[in-house]
Amino acid sequence: MKAKIRKLITFVEETRTEMNQTIDPPTRRAAAAAVIENPFAGRYVEDLTELMEIGEELGALLTERAVAALGVAGPAAESYGKAAAVGEDGELEHAAAVLHPKLGTPVRKVLGKGAALIPSSKKRGGLGVPLDIPLGHKDAAFVRSHFDGMEIRVGDAPRTNEILVAIAVTDSGRPLPRVGGLMKDQIKGEDGLR
Amino acid sequence: MSKVEVRKRVTIVEEIFHEGGPVAANPLCRAAALAVIRNPFAGKYVEEIAGFMDDLKPLGLEMAKSLVAALGGDAKRIEGYGKGAIVGAAGELEHGALWHVPGGYGMRETLGNAKAIVASTKKVGGPGTRLDVPVTHINASYVRSHFDAMEVGIVDAPRADELLLALVMTTGPRVHARVGGLRASEIKGEDGLR
Repeated sequence: MKAKIRKLITFVEETRTEMNQTIDPPTRRAAAAAVIENPFAGRYVEDLTELMEIGEELGALLTERAVAALGVAGPAAESYGKAAAVGEDGELEHAAAVLHPKLGTPVRKVLGKGAALIPSSKKRGGLGVPLDIPLGHKDAAFVRSHFDGMEIRVGDAPRTNEILVAIAVTDSGRPLPRVGGLMKDQIKGEDGLR
Repeated sequence: MSKVEVRKRVTIVEEIFHEGGPVAANPLCRAAALAVIRNPFAGKYVEEIAGFMDDLKPLGLEMAKSLVAALGGDAKRIEGYGKGAIVGAAGELEHGALWHVPGGYGMRETLGNAKAIVASTKKVGGPGTRLDVPVTHINASYVRSHFDAMEVGIVDAPRADELLLALVMTTGPRVHARVGGLRASEIKGEDGLR
């Protein structure tokens, strides 16, 4: 692997009740995160290819781990998202290099489809900085019941020369969706939007 | 119909000149408009909540206009946007979803003919909770240089019975954008994606 990984973390959330209502089956989200060394920490480097290739590796690794944590087959995943936090000696563009050029293709390979844009966020921060990973339906971005987000944090990361990279997947939308909009059983899943 | 009770509003403006690389000719500006309102559904499960979306529309419009003003007053300068919500401890995640329609409405009305889906995230949290609001290009979600995010939060909000609502606008790409992909100059701006 090109990525120098210090640690891997998996989070699984299972919501069984919300506002005293039983959620059956429970809604579930999983996030897999990697803490990697930032090869460009502390200096300005024009060509970010190495981080793009690291993104490709992590796209496969983290998606496989997240799906495995949910215990479902890849195509059963309903929504997804990605995010990265760069340690203080890096720049925001390092997160962009990991997340955007090459990470998506292996994610979609694991999940079977994924016509929709993978929602994302990025930031720079210190140890324990929280990451809010935005979530959207993987085949139709306008499915309102699946607009969501998942917060994760890793207490000892990112160090100044590290990047925390995370991918989240779910097998469901919000626990009690009732604000209307496009439903998942109405989607065509062709244009990635509806 | 519940009335919208605003406790406080906060505006945050970031002006970014560089991140260790060449100083930008035009600094990237990001602004967030935050409103803390009473959650009319706090503490109990209410089935019919969707009507509150209409009540929130004037606030969405007002916040969007305040963002344009904070960024210099010219709506044509706005290139990226996003939205989010933090629900206080006595509410449920679904109450945050009430912000999708009025928040998006406010920004589209203000910006004219913005074509892209408004990136979003949400969570339940206590006072001081931070939220990474995802940001994408207003006319074409796949513009890679404009994938961004802004962290927001208010130290004394949301209280248990409150909602913190957020809108974010930006004036351009990441300050050292250089990971390729679709450029803002190449978009067709028809389908909201490319």
